[in-house]
Order: sequence, then structure tokens, then C-alpha cells
Amino acid sequence: MKQNWWKALTVVLLLYVSVAGLLLPVPRLAILNETIRNLYFHVPMWFGMTFILAASVYYSVRYLRTPTPALDIRAHEAARTGILMGFVGLATGSIWAKYTWGEWWTNDPKLNGAAIAMLIYGAYLVLRSSFTDEQQRARVSAIYNIFAFATAMPLFYILPRLTDSLHPGAGGNPAFAKYDLDSNMRLVFYPAVIGWTLLAFWLAQLASRVSLLKLKVYEKQLA
Amino acid sequence: MTLLSEIWVLMQKDFRLEWRQRAALNGMLLYVSSTVFVCYLSFSSRGGQLPVPAWNALFWIVLLFSAVNAVAKGFLQESRGRMLYYYTVVRPQAVILAKILYNALLLLGLALVAFALYSVVLGNPVQNVGLFVGNVALGAVGFASTLTLVSGIAAKATNSSTLMAVLGFPLMVPMLLLLIKVSKNALDGLEFEASRSSLLTLVALNMIVGAVSYLLFPFLWRS
Repeated sequence: MKQNWWKALTVVLLLYVSVAGLLLPVPRLAILNETIRNLYFHVPMWFGMTFILAASVYYSVRYLRTPTPALDIRAHEAARTGILMGFVGLATGSIWAKYTWGEWWTNDPKLNGAAIAMLIYGAYLVLRSSFTDEQQRARVSAIYNIFAFATAMPLFYILPRLTDSLHPGAGGNPAFAKYDLDSNMRLVFYPAVIGWTLLAFWLAQLASRVSLLKLKVYEKQLA
Repeated sequence: MTLLSEIWVLMQKDFRLEWRQRAALNGMLLYVSSTVFVCYLSFSSRGGQLPVPAWNALFWIVLLFSAVNAVAKGFLQESRGRMLYYYTVVRPQAVILAKILYNALLLLGLALVAFALYSVVLGNPVQNVGLFVGNVALGAVGFASTLTLVSGIAAKATNSSTLMAVLGFPLMVPMLLLLIKVSKNALDGLEFEASRSSLLTLVALNMIVGAVSYLLFPFLWRS
């Protein structure tokens, strides 16, 4: 229980991000205006999602090596948290797009890639629910989880770079690194990435604790 | 036996089985031809000639659906007893690699038949046939390596045929996007340089998927 410092860090960082992110000065840019602050909320979601999904793959690999229910639960809850982060990322992006591009959704490789990745992980949940045998469910979904990560990550990090895109950071549009070399934004952005990622891990940890407790209660009832 | 000879034997067995029970093979060929013909008839009201992007998109959709149907039976047709028998005589890597290679050749054959039929009824606007066929070959290998593992996963679950589509389609999107892009280049007769980076990414994607299948299949097999 001495290892809770990172939770305090999460709270501090996210409080800082939500105050400083909304109040500190940002560069004045045409069209973007104040919506540039979305950088502190939208982009870290994808960082958080990638890290938590990687953690899920890590647990799946460990499950395949030593099959225990706890590892399966951890992998599952991490994947679910990743899906949650992905949906929040899509929502924040969509709201931002409404104000800058004038549309909730545009036919853009980055957007479509993110949506497809959500479908891939949605299929993970469907797959899990279509088994009755718990061990088989755990094993097969661990396998799919690893496979899905290997095919979903190119959607985020490789394909959008090959095509033109409206999205900042692609197709010749400036990413944040270009327009805010005034380091004010970095002062908030990096803490935001760390804070939201830690929050994802915290959520996954809490969710897996709940599931583990449920499993324990269930086993007690059976005994 | 070495891995290569095991793969060779298993592939021979698959081809021989396919040849002996020609119902499945003829079924697939008929599936492809009737899909192509349905496409032709649905567009004939427009005067027959399809715009090039539509021709391209339709071609890949036909291939996608026939691939899912053709590969789906790969593991579903293997009875439990036969899988157990393989378990005692060959190593799992040989089983998955043989299945991938077999499916790739099967899909390549189907794709070439589809291409021939398609050009007969809907016209052939392809300007760079070499690039187009090479791209189709890469697509066949990619579809085979993705779908073979997915069919193995789906075969373990209860509602396999739905799962096959739900798991397979999103996983194939990254590959499909690249394939459609390269095939558009081939249709427009652009020189090789224009599609080189996409082709390389496609090869890399195929290798990732193949390697992940190779690593994961032994775990899938055990259950």
C-alpha cells in the first residue's frame, strides 16, 4: 500500500492540466483559436489508449505463459479501459472537428483508422462473450488480443502517414511541435500525457480489483 | 521430419482433399462468378461502363467476401479427431504455415478467376497489368494470413460464422486500404515508383501478421 504515490501524482497532474490547460496563454492561430486547448485532452487520450492496450497485450502474453484467471481479468479490464479512452478520444476529436472543420466527422484516414481500431476491439468484446468455457475464453481472447494489437497499431501510426490528411500532424498540416515552440504548451501537454495515461492505469487497476473480488465471491458461493 | 517437409505434406493433403471433394471448390468458384455477375447486372442499368474508382472498389469487395467464405471453412471443416491426430504427428507451426500457404494459393486462384470474369463482363480498365496482378497476389497472401488465424479463433467459439466476419473484416481494413490504393495506381497506369512505399508497407504488414500467427497458433491449438 506504500506504492500509491503515482495515484497522488495523477490527481495533482490532472488538476494542474484542467486548470492550467484552460487558463494559461496559448498561441493565437487563425481558425484554431482557443480550440487548440483540445490538445491537452484529445491527444493524451490516444497516448493513454496505446499504453493501456500495450499493457493489456503484456498481460495476455503472460497469461499464455502461465494461465491464471487474474492475468486474464487484468488483460480484459485493460483492454476495456483502452476502449473507453478511444471513445473519449473520438468524442473530443469530433467536438473539435465541429468547430474547426465544421463537421462532426470527415472522411480522413486518421479518423477512419481510429474508428476501425475501435471496431477491432469491439470484436474482442464480442469474442469474449461468445464462449461458455472460461479457460477457453481466456486463452482464445488473449490470442486475439495480441493479434488485434499487431494489426490495429499500423492503423494509428503507419497508414495515416502514407496518405494526405486534414488532421494536424499529417499531410503537411503542422503538428503541435511546429506551432508552439513557445514552450508554454509543452508545459501543460507533457504533464497531460502522463496524467491521463496514469489515470488509464488507475481505472484498469480498480476495474480488475472489482472483477477479482467478484470472482472470489463467486468461488465462495460455489464452495 | 523437418518443418518444411511437414508443411509440404500438409499442403499436399489440403490440395488433395480439395480436389477429391470438388463440391467446395466448385462452390467457391460459383460464389465468385455469381457475385461478379450480380455486380454486373446491378450496374448494367447505368449503361454497363463503371467509373474506374467504382470498378476498383467493387473488385476488392468481391475478393474480400469470397476470401472470408473460402478461408472460413479452413479450420471449421477439420474435425476434433483429425486435429488431435495432427497434434501427435506434426508441430503446430507446420499446421498454421501450411494452412496459410494453402489458403494464399487458393485465394490467388480465386482472385485470378474473379479478375478474368470481372474483366469480361465489366470491362478491363487496368493499364498496368503486372502491378495489378502482383498487388492481387500480395492481397491473397495478406488475406490468407489474417483470415487463417481468425478462422482458427472463430472455430473455437460457439457462433463461428458471425464471429468470422466480425473479427475478420476490421482486421483486414489496414491491408485493404493499401491494396485499394496500389490497385488504383495500377488502374491509372502510374509508374512503379508511385506505389513503392505502399507496396513495401503491405509486405511489412503481411510479415507482421504472418509472424504473429506463427507465434500464436501453438497456444490456440492446445485448447
